[in-house]
Amino acid sequence: MSRIVSITLQNNDDARPIIEAIEKDNPDATVNLYPAMVKIDCDGRLIVKQETVEGLLGREWDVQELHLSIVSIAGNVDEEDDYFELSWNI
Amino acid sequence: MAEKRKKKLGIKQRYSMLTRGLGWDTTYQPMDKVFPYDNYEGIIIHDWEGWEDPFRLTMDAYWKFQSEKEKKLYAVIDSFAQNNGHLGITDARYVNAIKLFLTGVSPLEYQAARGFTHVGRQFRGVGPRVACQMQAIDELRHVQTQIHSMSHYNKFFDGLHSAPHMHDRVWYLSVPKSFFDDARTAGPFEFLTSISFAFEYVLTNLLFVPFMSGAAFNGDMATVTFGFSAQSDEARHMTLGLEVIKFMLEQDERNIPIVQRWMDKWFWRGTRMLTLVGMMMDYMLPKRVMSWREAWDIYFTEAGGALFADLARYGIKPPKYADIATKEAEHISHQAWNIFYNYTHAAAFHTWIPEKEELDWLSEKYPDTFDKYYRPRLEYLDKEEKAGRRFYNDILPMLCQVCQIPMGFTDMDDPTTISFHSSEYQGNKYHTCSHGCKDIFDYEPEKYVQAWLPVHQIYQGNCGGAEVPDVLKWYNFNLGADNMEYQGSPDQKLWDEWQAHRKKA
Repeated sequence: MSRIVSITLQNNDDARPIIEAIEKDNPDATVNLYPAMVKIDCDGRLIVKQETVEGLLGREWDVQELHLSIVSIAGNVDEEDDYFELSWNI
Repeated sequence: MAEKRKKKLGIKQRYSMLTRGLGWDTTYQPMDKVFPYDNYEGIIIHDWEGWEDPFRLTMDAYWKFQSEKEKKLYAVIDSFAQNNGHLGITDARYVNAIKLFLTGVSPLEYQAARGFTHVGRQFRGVGPRVACQMQAIDELRHVQTQIHSMSHYNKFFDGLHSAPHMHDRVWYLSVPKSFFDDARTAGPFEFLTSISFAFEYVLTNLLFVPFMSGAAFNGDMATVTFGFSAQSDEARHMTLGLEVIKFMLEQDERNIPIVQRWMDKWFWRGTRMLTLVGMMMDYMLPKRVMSWREAWDIYFTEAGGALFADLARYGIKPPKYADIATKEAEHISHQAWNIFYNYTHAAAFHTWIPEKEELDWLSEKYPDTFDKYYRPRLEYLDKEEKAGRRFYNDILPMLCQVCQIPMGFTDMDDPTTISFHSSEYQGNKYHTCSHGCKDIFDYEPEKYVQAWLPVHQIYQGNCGGAEVPDVLKWYNFNLGADNMEYQGSPDQKLWDEWQAHRKKA
């Protein structure tokens, strides 16, 4: 049975460091490119870490800035001060 | 990196200050009288504190991020209008998808705002109340931004001038309208199951994600931007949908069969309504991103599969008739386009026969069905049109009592036979298009016998007159401009002139 969690982000300047951070922190993730957007799939679990995004951006980054770029998600959400995580509890 | 300024409270604490300190138990009046609607549906809640909002957005953060989204969006809308963005789209046929969006979908955003405002008052728990109130504001933002973005097209193209008026009257728009009417007249928990879960969590991706990507592909900057701006709220709405389901299921096991029945019902209602989107993706985008079938595989079979596997631990099964809906993904966009081709003289947008490369694309995407069932019909209709006999169907169709779509869908195992079901209720016969719609009717016949069915209303004389042109005038159509075949329409003429100018330049 499929356990894919997924996040779709706009393909723009705000989202690019987030996409890069996701690729770094989730080596098994698959990045699918579509016109204007990027859909990232990962088996079971996917995390966005504040620290990684900040390292790429060179400035402070509030995890809730994700709200500006997000298009869609699949999975249970856990949002904290320093990370945003999607998962299925199987 | 400089040392971080420490926030006084963490995100969880800030959110709990917002949602856990504000409520109180009433003393002058009993709670059941103050909140009369949140228990009559049979959903048992022992502890409203069990509600966990996964996005912990406080009001100050909400206003901050929403205003940033608005600024970005309006910069694009202005730029699109100032730079004559409509000249950059792939083809004027594309605008017909926007017409369907403005008349069929945007008014639903307003209906959603009304629905969430209502249920945002009706829950005695503060967590769901806050989530619903924020969503009501989001939905109002969506309808406003959509009207603003698309108003630019109204300066040049037909069929975009009376969206709310049309939404309340036109036959095919009763499909989305009745969906929301049905949801808003249900109790608050069913409303959240229908809109937040079945529609937003399970199905909305099929509407907003590949279609908006398609708008980008076709040069429609305005639509992509409002689409993605709305969709950035949608991720929050989706989690509300999943949260309400888990909340109901965790509170009491007697809730399980009620929730399952709502899921079955609203999944089916939703797939029926999304037929319109399937047709938009397969037929109305001159440059295509993915077929309806491919979108269904990604967003229902794969994403929905993972979701329902996750919910299985509560005893929830995938929606009834999901297998039929998956079979339908091979057929419905073609069948729906055929219905609209038949009745485009009574629609506020144009239809056409796809060009040869477009037919080839459909053949490639639908290898098992398109060449066998649908391509020959389109080629026949094309030949008729070229011989000066463009076919319009003058017989008003019979509508399904539940989804209100003309009874044109076939049995999925026998795609040349119309699927046809009926039920008796208090001496009258009611017709439905599928097992899914028949089940919904049979469970609540008293609700669905009251359906405002456009064809019945026309025959009863409630829609402007006895002749088709009278009805179309009552719809506020500009006859000969808004309706009829694309070839030869004023939209086409204008577009061809622009293209000729471009060549000359």
